Amino acid sequence: MRATINGTEHELRDGLTLAELLHELGIEESGSAVAVNERVVRRPLHEATKINDGDAIEIIHAVAGG
Amino acid sequence: MLRDEPLKVGRYEFQSRLIVGTGKYPSLDVMQRAHEASGAELVTVAIRRIHLDDPSGKTLIDYIDRSRYRILPNTAGCTTAKDAVLTAQLAREALHTDLIKLEVIGDTQTLYPDTTQTIEAARELVRDGFTVLPYITDDPIACKQLEEAGCAAIMPLAAPIGSGLGVCNPYVIRIIKERASVPVIVDAGVGTASDAAVAMELGVDALLMNTGVAAARDPVLMAQAMRRATEAGRMAYLAGRMGKRLYASASSPVTDLIGSPAP
Repeated sequence: MRATINGTEHELRDGLTLAELLHELGIEESGSAVAVNERVVRRPLHEATKINDGDAIEIIHAVAGG
Repeated sequence: MLRDEPLKVGRYEFQSRLIVGTGKYPSLDVMQRAHEASGAELVTVAIRRIHLDDPSGKTLIDYIDRSRYRILPNTAGCTTAKDAVLTAQLAREALHTDLIKLEVIGDTQTLYPDTTQTIEAARELVRDGFTVLPYITDDPIACKQLEEAGCAAIMPLAAPIGSGLGVCNPYVIRIIKERASVPVIVDAGVGTASDAAVAMELGVDALLMNTGVAAARDPVLMAQAMRRATEAGRMAYLAGRMGKRLYASASSPVTDLIGSPAP
């Protein structure tokens, strides 16, 4: 299946969960947050959230700003 | 010593009336030292996508001692209420805070806020339980509408973001402050210490600045100057300035001068 992560399309294996994706991308759960299709998926739900074909995933963190 | 009430924003209390940013510093080390010199207890951060090619390594948050500073995430760069609301919700999840500096930009040259979208986003975020601090133009009506929407403070600009022009419209800032029942925080436009003092002398409750400190030749020294100017302006406001008059009024006695005739 294909999903868009931070604006770029990626080929992902079927049945991949959000927690697995973040682990595979090397993203620290602390200090980051994820939205799937414009809805925040809270941390405790990452394990149970399966990614679907066509999902748009945003993964953010804090950067310098005013 | 100044005896003053703390700054109260929603359920949060601060002794410091200066809020500083984390952007534009020459280095993170200088930023850390400037934060310390500023005496601030609240620092702003922006929210952006993680670069997937370099997701690990130290992030900005590692340079902010959270036992000392509260984080005020912003929605800078958002141009719609919808994006600002989602950014705020992501910030809350990432940083474990309900504080949000709401910024919905209407134009990239002036960086003036889109008032309609800002008010719409404020309503939505208040409903969702956020402590909302909106950046807004120095417009008394928009400020009132944001207060009525349930914002915990209102943050009119002194001058355009990053311009360092100082308080362009001091009389309107005073009007906004006089009519507000939530804290008024002047956000954007403060360029140097005298600007900070002028703003505080108008009676506003606090200042939020980034470029004024970060883009100084010596940001750490300017942070200290801003801290003192903020305090000095606050003290002068509480002390109540003398009335202005057109002509001179001697400070020394005008009678019993040498060579004058006896009474």
